[in-house]
Amino acid sequence: MYFGGSFSRGDFLFLLSGAVTTLSITLVAVVIGTVLGVLFGLIRAGAPWWIGNTLGAVLDVFRSVPLLIQLVLFNSFNSMLKLNWPTFTVGCICLGIYASAFCTEIVRSGVGAVPQTTRRAARSLGLTWRQELTSITLPIATRIVFPSWIGLTLGVMKDTALVLWIGIVELLRSSQIVTSRVQEPLLILGITGLIYFVMSFPIARLGNQLEKKWGTQ
Amino acid sequence: MDYEFQWRPVLRSLPEMLWGALQTIEIAGLAMMLGTVLAIFLALAKRSGKKYLSLPADMWIETARNTPALFQIYMLYFGLGSLGLQVGSYTALLLGITFNNAGYLAETFRGGFAAVPETQTRAARSLGLGAVQTQWHIVIPQMLRAVFHAMTNQMVWSVLMSSLGVIVGLTTDLTGVTQKLNVVTYRTFEYFFVAACLYYLISKAFTLSARVVAWRLFRY
Repeated sequence: MYFGGSFSRGDFLFLLSGAVTTLSITLVAVVIGTVLGVLFGLIRAGAPWWIGNTLGAVLDVFRSVPLLIQLVLFNSFNSMLKLNWPTFTVGCICLGIYASAFCTEIVRSGVGAVPQTTRRAARSLGLTWRQELTSITLPIATRIVFPSWIGLTLGVMKDTALVLWIGIVELLRSSQIVTSRVQEPLLILGITGLIYFVMSFPIARLGNQLEKKWGTQ
Repeated sequence: MDYEFQWRPVLRSLPEMLWGALQTIEIAGLAMMLGTVLAIFLALAKRSGKKYLSLPADMWIETARNTPALFQIYMLYFGLGSLGLQVGSYTALLLGITFNNAGYLAETFRGGFAAVPETQTRAARSLGLGAVQTQWHIVIPQMLRAVFHAMTNQMVWSVLMSSLGVIVGLTTDLTGVTQKLNVVTYRTFEYFFVAACLYYLISKAFTLSARVVAWRLFRY
């Protein structure tokens, strides 16, 4: 039998399939996180202070406990309640809730940055609460917080590396699998790092440029 | 749900977990201090305008910010190992978080340095202070004041990142101890729930003490 060997095309494709898993977890988690985050953020910004603060305190827990611990706890919930969800689902939901805790604060700061006078003016002109929200507050707030939201998305993408602990083969885990065959950790890790970099850096640059461009207007 | 909670073994091993928490605080604190010092040099190198200084600093910062922290730890643990430099999981974790902290903080500090008016430097220099004295006594203190809130956030990140040590085999920090006990007893939920509570307390303790320090140092 033949063990070992050099880094081949197949290995590279295997790494790329890991990257696809990383991206799909990121996508699902960011969608969950954004939907929940907008909902919670609007509650944080608009509801009576005791509801907003309670929600804020609960979400703060998700930002103060390591994601790794959250994943393990969520995974053990999964088996305790006999839900039998696949680990992919567990990872996505856990990361989604984690992202929503950050997204909530982003949305809240965006809504808070819309001048109160603008909102009152819209209401005085006869817009309903819903109309004011969808055509005045949210468009302005989106422009303000979009760069932070890009930052959050990239943060989630990097945090997906942790799901390898509950047994999902994403990019970093697949690099380990390849390493155990090829026995060249530095090379494989270098390629893996490059893939992460290529996925993250252009979007980070775009975010910075948007921030500069929109900040000066 | 027919799961029976058993808290007794957790209570019995609480002292061990508290020692683990102490180790977590030590790693996070050390990585933060080393990271801050390195970040000041990185930010100064990036501001210097000299290519041979700003290019390596740029590479450091962009690598730290655009790859996962776990990848950076792997790089030190497995990557350096293959070069014949065997580093333990503690060292790999500490250096990995330091590398990451330094990259993020450097970017923060760059903004902080930009917030210190140029006139401050010129005034200090014309009063007879040297270049290093000006940075140390005049510019850096004002820069730190400007970025203190962001540094507090990074401190919490440092605590959260220190939990990654368990993946490269560390058994002495809070997550490591918890995982070790978990493997023996299989009371996963109970142990990790207590660990989560301890992490929450550590994060809050750091945030609160940062607030006290800021109040003592930065009030006018």
